[in-house]
Order: sequence, then C-alpha cells, then structure tokens
Amino acid sequence: MNSYKIIDHEYDVLVVGAGGAGLRAAVGLSESGLNTACISKVFPTRSHTSAAQGGISAALGNAGEDDWRWHMYDTVKGSDWLGDQDSIEYLCKEAPRAVIELENYGVPFSRNENGKIYQRAFGGMTKDYGNAPVQRTCAAADRTGHAILHTLYGQALKHNTKFFIEYFALDLIMKEGECKGVIAWNLNDGTIHRFRSHITIIATGGYGKVYYSATAAHTCTGDGNGMALRAGLPLQDMEFVQFHPTGLYGIGCLISEAVRGEGGYLLNSKGERFMEKYAPSAKDLASRDVVSRSIAIEINEGRGIGEKKDHVHLHISHIDKKIIEARLPGISESVQTFVGRDVSKQPIPVVPTVHYNMGGIPTNYKAEVLTSNGKDKIVPGLMAIGEAACVSVHGANRLGSNSLIDLVVFGKSAAKRAIELVKSNQPHEKIPSIETDKCLDRFDKLRNANGTNKTSELRLAMQQIMQSKCAVFRNEKTLREGVNEIKKPFEGMESISVKDKSLIFNTDLMETLEFDNLIRQAATTIESAYSRKESRGAHAREDFPKRDDSNFMKHTLSWHDGKEVKINYRPVTLSTMSNDVQTFPPKERVY
Amino acid sequence: MVQFNLPKNSKILKGNYFKDKNESQNIKKINVYRWDPDKKENPKIDTFEVDIKKCGNKVLDILNKIKNEIDPSLTYRRSCAHGVCGSCAMNVNGINTLSCMKSHKDIKGDINIYPLPHLKVIKDLVADLSTLYRQYESIEPWLKTKEKKSKNFEINQSKKDRKKLDGLYECIMCACCSTSCPSYWWNGEKYLGPAVLLQAYRWIIDSRDDERKERLKTVADKLKLYGCHTIMNCTNSCPKGLNPAKAISSIKKMLATN
Repeated sequence: MNSYKIIDHEYDVLVVGAGGAGLRAAVGLSESGLNTACISKVFPTRSHTSAAQGGISAALGNAGEDDWRWHMYDTVKGSDWLGDQDSIEYLCKEAPRAVIELENYGVPFSRNENGKIYQRAFGGMTKDYGNAPVQRTCAAADRTGHAILHTLYGQALKHNTKFFIEYFALDLIMKEGECKGVIAWNLNDGTIHRFRSHITIIATGGYGKVYYSATAAHTCTGDGNGMALRAGLPLQDMEFVQFHPTGLYGIGCLISEAVRGEGGYLLNSKGERFMEKYAPSAKDLASRDVVSRSIAIEINEGRGIGEKKDHVHLHISHIDKKIIEARLPGISESVQTFVGRDVSKQPIPVVPTVHYNMGGIPTNYKAEVLTSNGKDKIVPGLMAIGEAACVSVHGANRLGSNSLIDLVVFGKSAAKRAIELVKSNQPHEKIPSIETDKCLDRFDKLRNANGTNKTSELRLAMQQIMQSKCAVFRNEKTLREGVNEIKKPFEGMESISVKDKSLIFNTDLMETLEFDNLIRQAATTIESAYSRKESRGAHAREDFPKRDDSNFMKHTLSWHDGKEVKINYRPVTLSTMSNDVQTFPPKERVY
Repeated sequence: MVQFNLPKNSKILKGNYFKDKNESQNIKKINVYRWDPDKKENPKIDTFEVDIKKCGNKVLDILNKIKNEIDPSLTYRRSCAHGVCGSCAMNVNGINTLSCMKSHKDIKGDINIYPLPHLKVIKDLVADLSTLYRQYESIEPWLKTKEKKSKNFEINQSKKDRKKLDGLYECIMCACCSTSCPSYWWNGEKYLGPAVLLQAYRWIIDSRDDERKERLKTVADKLKLYGCHTIMNCTNSCPKGLNPAKAISSIKKMLATN
C-alpha cells in the first residue's frame, strides 16, 4: 500500500497539455470566466507544436480565389474517405475565422505585398475540387508552429489561465464511466496532486516515439492516449501513422513540405523527378502518403541515393536565394546544423519518417470523447483535442498544414462546448479513494521496480519492432510478426528496473511511465493495422493493395485491458453537418 | 573589507568514475555536474567514458547514451532534439548552448557539462527558470489594440513592418543569453535580462500594437532595462544566432529619442 500525501485542487475545467490545442482551449475557457487550470509536463513553449513549420490551412483567398468547400473536398480526399464529413465541414468552415483570430492575437504571419497574410502551396491543397493547386497554407516563414504556440501562451497569460508546469499526468479519475479529473505528479518538488474538474480536456499530443525514427520530440509519448486506455476507453484508427516524405536522412529532423510548396522537388539516384510518374498532375505536391510510398518504392527498387541507396534528394538550389532566406530560413539552419549542407548549393538528403498520428481518442466535432458498446456513447466529463484526438478530420491521411488548423478550431470548439456544459464554481463530487489508490499503486510499483529490464532497452525493442513491422508498406506476415513480437517488451514491464527512486525530477521514472503509455499504443497500433485488410491512406498493405469500401469504410476502435488488445469498429460519418455543402461520395483517389 | 564566504555545500567535489566496459578505442571523457536534492551532499562531477564513434554527433546524443546505457538517473531536460523547443539549454565547456545543436566533434579533449549558470539547481542539469518565466509574464507578451478591432478581419501589416519582427519572434526562450549575462547573474531578480528584453522589444516594434509608449514606459527602469551594460555575452551565446544586445540597444535608443 502506498502512502503518498495528496494535494487537492478544484477547477471548473482542467486542460492536460499546453501545446497549440490545449492552449487554445485554455484561452477560450479562461476568457469566458471559467476557473481553468492547464497542466503540462513541459513549459508550454517547449511543446511540440513549436516544431510545426510550413503553415496553417484556411481558405482565406489571399493569394487567389478560394472556398472552404474546396478545402473540405481536399481534406475528404486526403483522408481517403475515412474522415467524418460533418467534422471536416466544421473544420474547413471555421478555419478562416480561426486564423484571423490568431492574427489578431499577434501571430507574426509573413505578409503579401498588400499586407495580408502570406499563403503558400501545400500538398493536396487544390481549387475547384481538385482542378489546380491553390495557395491556402498561411505561414510565418517556416516557423509557423513556433509563432502560434508562443502567441497562444501569451494569450493564456493575458486571460490568467492557472498553469501547473512540469506536472506529469498519471491517470484520469473515473467514476461510473464519468471523468472527474486527473492525478498528477509535480516534477519540481515531487508532490502528488489530485485535480478535480467538471470537464477534463486531453490535449497531450501524438505518440511518435513508439517508432525508432520520427520527427517527433522525445516528449511525444501520447500520455493522454495511455490514460484513456487505462480508463477502459478505446482509441480510434491507430493503424494510420503518417510518414512525412522528407525527414532529414539519419537525423529524423523535419524538412517542411513548404520546401516543395515553394518549388522544391525530389530526385532519385538517376536524377529523375520520379514524382511525375506516381502523381502526374500534383507531382511533388501530392499528399504525404502518396509521396512517402513513392520514395519507398524508388528505394526498394534500387534507385535510392548514397552508399546504402536508402534515401533520396530534395532540391531547392534552383530557387532564388532571397526567397529561401525569407521563406525557408529555419530549414536552411537545420540542414546546416545537422548535416552540414548549404541548401542554396547542395541537395537535402531525405527519407520518409514517422511524423503524425491520425489515430487517437475518438471524439465528435464538439471534442466530446466517445466510447462504444455497439453504438456511440459520450463519456461525460471528458474531451480530447489536437493530435491526441481522432475527430476524425484526417481519416487515413492528414494533409500538410491541416494539423495546426485542427488544433485551434477544435481547441476553440472544446472551450465552447465546455462553456455550455459547466456553470462556474459548482461543487465537486466526492471521489472514492479507490480511484486514487489504483493510480498511485501503479506509480509506486514502477518507482520501486527492481527488475532486470532497463526502460531504455524495452523502449528500443518496441521502437525497432514498430519500425520494421509497421512501416510505410505492411503485409500479413510483417504485421503478424509484429503483433507477436510487441508482446515481449510489454511483458518485459513485469521485470522493469528503475534506478532512481527519488520523487524530485525523476526522469528515470518519468521515462518509465511514458514507456508504459507508449507500449499500449504500440500494441493497439499494430493490432489495428493487422486487422485492417485493405489499403487506405497511410495504411498500405502489399497483400491488399486496393481500398475496400464495402468491408472497411469504418473506424477501427481498439481497447487495451492491460493484457491484450480488443478490436471493434464504428461507422464513418458521410453526411455533412449542414446544407451548405453536399457529401463527397467515395471515388478513386488520384493526384 | 567585507568578507565573502560561499556556503560550504557550494563546493563541487569529485564524483564517480564510470569506466567503459568494452575497452573501446574511441573514448571521450564526459564530466557532468550532478546534484541530488534528496541527499544532503555537495554537488559533484561524475566522469563517464563514452565510445564517441557509437554515438550521434551532438552533445545531447552523448547525454542520451549515458542515460540509456550507463546511468538512468542522470537528469536533464530535452524534447525536440532539433533546436526549436529550447529545453536542453546547458553549459558545455564554458558556453551556454542547446545540447541538441552543439556538435561534440568541435570539442577537443574532455567535455564538461554544467547546468545553466547562476540559477538554482533543481537536480543535476535541470535549473530553475521560474524567475525568468515570471519576468516574461511581466512584459505582457500579447498584442494590445486600443479599440476592439473587428474580429472578422486581419490587421494588415506591410512587408517592411513585418520584417522588423525578424530576429526577434524566433526566440525560443532557452535562456542561454540571460544566464550568460554577468549583470543578470548579479541582479537577476530586478534586471529583466536579454531574453525577456528581446521579447519586450518584439512587442514594442510590432506595427499592429497600440501600446508602444506604455510598453516603453514599463521597461524604462534603472534596473529592468539599464541593468544592461553592453557586455554582449548574450549575443555571443544565442544558439539561434539572434542578437538580444541589439534589441536592448534599440529600446534604449527609442527611449532616448522619443
């Protein structure tokens, strides 16, 4: 039995995570007068939103005619018809207002000649329902995420959001299927905190670190997804993992799609612009899954570059140096720092790299978390937004620059819904101590674990399995092996070792708790992938190369009961939210 | 004469030596500052032998290798590993930098790693930045517009005005500059320091902001602003190549000419 002293807090609403989505929600909530707390395991501006480069999509029409319906069509097509069309309608319709709001908050967007927000071309973004490329991606040079994150933190300060910084969330407090708050561990002084709230909003980001090579930060461990699984809730569409076509070879650092948006192109070892072959009209600006698969095929067929023929080149040396300096300064710096090359003279070595999780906690467009017992059921008191959530607006494949807009539109939507549901300063229900005990027993068990398996070794084993068995291309054999092999690092937890027993800034223990979250997500990801016997968006099965709408136009739900994964499905919403736009029926996806 | 005595426990002692077990030929000695808040002991320097050929190019790769393979209790902050989040700022061979951007190949001999200087240490390489964060809040880092401008339109900004934000908005608040500044070491509670003043200037110079005068008035204080003595350590240490010293002198100039 553990004996941790617990410090109690009560808030109307609690936001877990302080990236773009969490901060946007916190701003809306605080502005409305609700007593709002935001806890984060890192200082807000260290969140991974800071690494988003290319931009944020919205049909502003600053660089030629645009329409949110075209944006919606592109997003539905990009999702390979797995996205829910009501939520996509909401996203694209709300996008222009959300970007203007960010501008009004002070985001230092780059500008056009007429002083309006600069917009650039991005993969899959077209006008007139796929007819020609459009410039829809609003940019602050190639540091858009950084600019938005810092601005939103400022806004949250302005509205007096109460921050709890370097607090690590351990588990949700659930009572009879409702969420009542969160238990968290303050790294700075080692204390345990119980936050009671009428609504808890999970905004903890993606879980890129289940893979060995990812553009994701070390902190992208999907802690909210892990908490949801432990609370007996399902995750949705976990098999859809986006490989960004251009991760810096050998490093994993993101090289923005903006490079291709500004005119860069890919070459293989024969000097061919191979994208012309795979996507005759969109070429290098096809959607990410298409470009990543094309690169993988070039490499697999021996046309890769380098000693191991295991990467390709991204060229921008033909672009005016002044344009590179103005629009891609961050990329130039990263390439110089990490591979010592001058992008104005030399090509950038790139390879498809894990970048984004389309899957996550299932929600409706109001950000309310859903579970299913045959039919959808809202989980009272719980919301999810951002990369942690699966609304689903990205379906089987997210378009570049649709993630930043997802953060702010649904961050705002969550705040709006919470304001409808919560009256300020209502009393909180009593929580049975069994919920707290269960969480702290797990914490205490891991803290005092004296086994033989190092966390770092189990994590590496998991990452290598995911990298080799659940990659750009998958098949029955690799996935079945993966399903079996991933059990080993999971079972390895039984005999894990944590050397540092302290409570203050114990990163050994924190990495172990993060691993506990990661490994459950790795298992649900690979089981979901194994179960989906078709190819759709980012999920490319060599043994089932075609999309199979009659059997698989449905969302995968995956539960993890602490031992094994259970899979079920729920339907995709094809109907739109209003009569402003008609449903886009499924058709073949060609770029 | 006043006598200054450092507290007894401020003396750094020699710590443990972690010998490479594989008798590798490519050993680099990594000396790392360690301090455990739970033990009532002095800080110490542990030395780790690291096979540098089996390690990524950056100082952060070394720390990760030590944590993963030798001593999991080694404590430091890190996140993006690509120089954008600002978590892994520390002092490497006497210079404040981001360990994820600093190549160890440029370093001859041993590598000495300390937390950012002159801050309270929480544990090992993790320093307490809460004062700096409070100072950041004090400059009110958000856009202030007088009348509620319509929410349906963007506020136009010319390319020329937007360019004035370049070299400022990119700051990642890693605190390398402020914690390399002797003036900040001495008066860190009162002098805002280069990181926060650069941020202050970012809002002062934003053409969309309507409260330039008030913002200038707020920082125009003997210690808040004029604690800067143009030592320039800040600019020399910025891992993002920004120039906080120039931002500070621009504020001073605006105050002198307005």
